[in-house]
Amino acid sequence: MLVKELKHIELNTEAIRKDFPILNRKINGMPLIYFDNGATSQKPQQVIDAVSNYYSNTNSNIHRGVHTLSREATEAFENARKVIAKHFNVKSDQQIIFTAGTTDSLNMVCNGLARSVLKQGDEIILSSYEHHSNILPWQLWAQENKGQLKVIPLNADQSLDLNAIENLISEKTKIISIAHVSNTLGLITDLDKIKIIAKKHNLILVVDAAQSAPHMAVDLEKLDVDFYVCSAHKIYGPTGTGILYMSEKWLSKLPVTKPGGGTIKTVSFEKTEYADGALRFEPGTPNISGVIGFAAAINYMDQFGMDAIYKHELELVNYAQSKLAEIPQVMLYGKSNDKAAVISFNVKNTHPFDVGTLLDKYGIAVRTGHHCTQPLMNLLCVPGTIRISFAIYNTKTEIDFFIEKLKKVIDMLK
Amino acid sequence: MSIKEIENEIVEEFEIFGDDWEGKYEHLIDLGKNLGTLKEEYKIENNIIQGCQSRVWLHSEKKDNNIIFSAESEAIITKGMVALMIRVLSGHTAKEIIETKLEFIDKIGLKEHLSPTRANGLVSMINRMKMDAITLSK
Ligand SMILES: Cc1ncc(COP(=O)(O)O)c(C=O)c1O
Repeated sequence: MLVKELKHIELNTEAIRKDFPILNRKINGMPLIYFDNGATSQKPQQVIDAVSNYYSNTNSNIHRGVHTLSREATEAFENARKVIAKHFNVKSDQQIIFTAGTTDSLNMVCNGLARSVLKQGDEIILSSYEHHSNILPWQLWAQENKGQLKVIPLNADQSLDLNAIENLISEKTKIISIAHVSNTLGLITDLDKIKIIAKKHNLILVVDAAQSAPHMAVDLEKLDVDFYVCSAHKIYGPTGTGILYMSEKWLSKLPVTKPGGGTIKTVSFEKTEYADGALRFEPGTPNISGVIGFAAAINYMDQFGMDAIYKHELELVNYAQSKLAEIPQVMLYGKSNDKAAVISFNVKNTHPFDVGTLLDKYGIAVRTGHHCTQPLMNLLCVPGTIRISFAIYNTKTEIDFFIEKLKKVIDMLK
Repeated sequence: MSIKEIENEIVEEFEIFGDDWEGKYEHLIDLGKNLGTLKEEYKIENNIIQGCQSRVWLHSEKKDNNIIFSAESEAIITKGMVALMIRVLSGHTAKEIIETKLEFIDKIGLKEHLSPTRANGLVSMINRMKMDAITLSK
């Protein structure tokens, strides 16, 4: 996605900031500067109200009661599915399955495919920059089934070496499971190229969109992948919920791996007939308030449009990258002028923990460590990095303050 | 000096900074820098304290009746905390080490490092020092 292709819509950051009550907080006596959006974003009042109103006025279990509240709660829950399906341009809202989040969704995909497609000795392709959540389920399967994980290597600039994929593929390869955006580097995976390879070799394509859904417009009908998963809490929504999108053919084909109440048509002790559509994959009482809050978050973003959000955050990323590059001690990873709102860096001869601890004293929240991407850290030969990640409410003024204090911190640690 | 006396000495040392956290942390960083390095032979997997974002190695031994600690960390602030812990605990008997409440950490305004989410693992460090003291005294 290039900036010049985007519609020229400016966000009114000043007005947006008023929607996020937590931005009024002081940390160590300083105004909070929240640059840890990759871990979780803050929530606008609209989302907080949606959750709170649900509990104050509508709370009831869904899909089963005859009474008014249950009907209203079910309507709100199913309306959320429609809002989210529309946001991602999904043909049938039944293709949107509510889960506990990205990690839960990836486990469901992995377990479902393990019970249907995968055979002993099969191979799965991942990338070098996968989050642990997109490694561990596949690894567990591979360990128990003599399977193998094949890893797409990095280029010198830490982007993925997509030309290497063909060489990783054998007749045993069944799946490519890959992050749309690296949570550590912010680099965007070229899904169009990967899709061509996947289609050519008849591979199932699973996309971990935890870090792309917050930052860019995604048209799932056009993207046309098998599975696409993300978490609400990184897109201004509540924790503990997310989605598993699956293409139409999987909706009836993927085996149920989490059976339970609500997923069925009929049950006897001998035999169960499972429901059609999304309910088949949603056992037990779901996170109703979370899902309703999730839809409120999507509505919140859609009033601005994802293109405007991407453009705003890309400006911040490029501004911060250029300011960081001016500091001689700073080493940037995954540098690119067209990426999602995540920057990783280190300061020469200092440990990321020290930098993060001191920045916190100035009210600046950054992430330090391996960001659940230890294999990537090993490839970069670092114990961890300092990661800053932006959201809709961040500003250049905040970046200026951060750069000023980073210089001071570097001086203190010298 | 007793553990209590050393703790009081450190509290006095930090008192001059008052609310100036920058001064406090600069002092902590200096303490870290002056700690020196741990012998390579002690930087082994077994001596790594779990729960720290930077690696911390702790070596404990018994000399006469006292427990002697030496340690190192990759992060300088953590190293400063380690230096304080060694200054307070090293060279005392296991009984003294186990019984101390380490009230100085709160008094010098570094209590935030005792929260269970702190990635520097000060809590793990203290537990490990006390555990080692118990083991070595047997
Ligand atoms: C790329 C990526 N995948 C998966 C996850 C896991 O998401 P969750 O913790 O919401 O399940 C994250 C979040 O840190 C992520 O950034």
